[in-house]
Amino acid sequence: MTKPGSHAEREGSQAELIRRSLKRRYRKERRFRLYGITAISIALFSLVILFTDIISKGYTGFIKTTVTLEVHLDDDLMYLNDASDPEQIAMADFQAPIIKALQGYFPQATSRADMRELSRMTGSYASNQVRDMLKANPDWLGTTRTIEFPAHDTVSVYVKHSGDPGYSIRLSEQQQRWTDELLSKGVIDTGFNDVFFTSGDSREPSNAGILGALVGSLLTMGITLVIAFPVGVAAAIYLEEFAPSNRLTDFIEVNINNLAAVPSIIFGLLGLAVFIGLFGMPRSVPVVGGLVLALMTLPTIIISSRAAIKSVPPSIREAAEGIGASKMQVVLHHVLPLAMPGMLTGSIIGMAQALGETAPLLLIGMVAFIVEIPDGFFSSATVLPVQIFIWAGSAEQGFVELASAGIMVLLAFLITMNAFAIWLRKRLERRW
Amino acid sequence: MSISMSPAETTIEEGKTVGIPFSDDPKFHLRNVGVFYGESPAIKNISLDIARNEVIAFIGPSGCGKSTFLRCLNRMNDSIESCRIKGSLLLDGQDIYDPKRDVVELRARVGMVFQKPNPFPKSIYDNVAYGPRIHGLANRKSDLDDIVENSLRKAGLWNEVKDRLDAMATGMSGGQQQRLCIARAIAVSPEVVLMDEPCSALDPIATARIEELIAELSESYTIVIVTHSMQQAARVSNRTAYFHLGHLVEVNDTSKVFTMPEHELTESYITGRFG
Repeated sequence: MTKPGSHAEREGSQAELIRRSLKRRYRKERRFRLYGITAISIALFSLVILFTDIISKGYTGFIKTTVTLEVHLDDDLMYLNDASDPEQIAMADFQAPIIKALQGYFPQATSRADMRELSRMTGSYASNQVRDMLKANPDWLGTTRTIEFPAHDTVSVYVKHSGDPGYSIRLSEQQQRWTDELLSKGVIDTGFNDVFFTSGDSREPSNAGILGALVGSLLTMGITLVIAFPVGVAAAIYLEEFAPSNRLTDFIEVNINNLAAVPSIIFGLLGLAVFIGLFGMPRSVPVVGGLVLALMTLPTIIISSRAAIKSVPPSIREAAEGIGASKMQVVLHHVLPLAMPGMLTGSIIGMAQALGETAPLLLIGMVAFIVEIPDGFFSSATVLPVQIFIWAGSAEQGFVELASAGIMVLLAFLITMNAFAIWLRKRLERRW
Repeated sequence: MSISMSPAETTIEEGKTVGIPFSDDPKFHLRNVGVFYGESPAIKNISLDIARNEVIAFIGPSGCGKSTFLRCLNRMNDSIESCRIKGSLLLDGQDIYDPKRDVVELRARVGMVFQKPNPFPKSIYDNVAYGPRIHGLANRKSDLDDIVENSLRKAGLWNEVKDRLDAMATGMSGGQQQRLCIARAIAVSPEVVLMDEPCSALDPIATARIEELIAELSESYTIVIVTHSMQQAARVSNRTAYFHLGHLVEVNDTSKVFTMPEHELTESYITGRFG
């Protein structure tokens, strides 16, 4: 009589227990999910802040300020009567016609101080621009030409950033008045900064461009890829497939894993001592930079390639061996094609790391001020992150926005590389 | 408590096998074979002959060493570093483990089909053509086409796949994949086909299909099959070998093993008292 009752009672209390524990479990689950969402939100938020900051600071780097003037290339004014004579060119005053053209708008600015201020409306290389034009076209002497000059850094800052507390306006009140007037007349104008994408570094922010560093980065990455990828993949294949497992290979494995964690500046020191010191290679060239970055990237490539090889199902290996494929055939026909997506992904991640690397390149002299766009693996060059580093440390205010714009170019480069990696992996991936 | 039917033998003695382990015309001549993983023995002193063109089934509880023993026959254990093999293993009178022996040549003669279907992630055609290609068995494309068609026909797959030879092999059903693996193995015209539980991942219909196939193949090949299904062993094999904890306990004609086993352990296993 009591038995069924107690049984039902037990069942009831157990159901109650389960219900209570269920509640607890769901609460835990909700809390756990909340942690995850919080973490992701924080990450996303930081990313948004970072991007907003960089873009809001840097987008002006893609805008140039120009001064377009009708310049009368007066021979008397320049003390020049034959523009094809290099001696005369060297002695001539090319600033004078620019000032003269500006005085056309401000006739009362005639004192020495005024003229000095007028000469600081256009960039410091404006006179060189006139000289180069005349050198190229000696018959322009005596004619009037419309020339677009980059505005002086201070004018550019005033045009783009007046009212921005992050910038201080270094123009005199008179210059500010002139700038406002020229702006309203359309003489001073803003436009897309093509100079930034077509020239190398310069002392003058309005003449400085990222192309030199971009080409330097491409050349350096080329060397890195050509050396690190084959060596890394070959090492991974040997270690994973052919090496006997003994003390020596264990030792090598431990060292490779450790190398991946060595600070990159150590690789720079190594490059300095070995490639430049011992082998006598030149400084600040893409070859040495590429070699150093290849050394730095090798452990990453080896580790990811080994992981990719390990993830090839043993059944595929057995299938090939069972038919009578030799070790080499198993590796070349089956393991490599299946591991290739993983290897490529790892390599591109390693390359992306190398692309953003600054420290080791500083040590091998790729931090030099280089105006020319490098034309080969042995010409002096700098790379994107180093260029950003140089600009960020420069005194002129115009370089601040260039540094931010440079970061955007670097980020775009990185995103392109990663997108390429994803595309490649999707293309090569095969299911089994 | 059927005392009258109780088998004569009750104990295991190392190296002793009841029944008829030897043959007059052996394909494989295996004597005192021992396999060790490190120090621990997986196979203890087994002697066995595998006759030409017979189907022999290896049965026994999990971990009894039947797969290990099977894999010794084409040296698939070579890649396991801790694995050592003792004794004499001869294929047509030649030592399988002779250091001068070419493993590639051996495996071309002794093919293998695995537990899980493992087609290459390539087309159906390329799967079957892979073996003939690496061994240089076909000089012309038409020869290769013939080999592929013949192998697929023998594996009973031709009619199902002849219109889609370029399709990925991994897109087929499990049973089809396993038959493709068999076609791939016989494409290099081996003399022996080793099958390691070829039906364990398949449904009953696919299993029946493979069993029919084994019966057809037994006319031209020597087949060694490891199986967990006693019905399967009974259906497809001429002889059955019972393994127990690394010992080869009994080898007999299949009909004898499943009706009147000579050893008590064999009887216990086939009647389902353990395993």
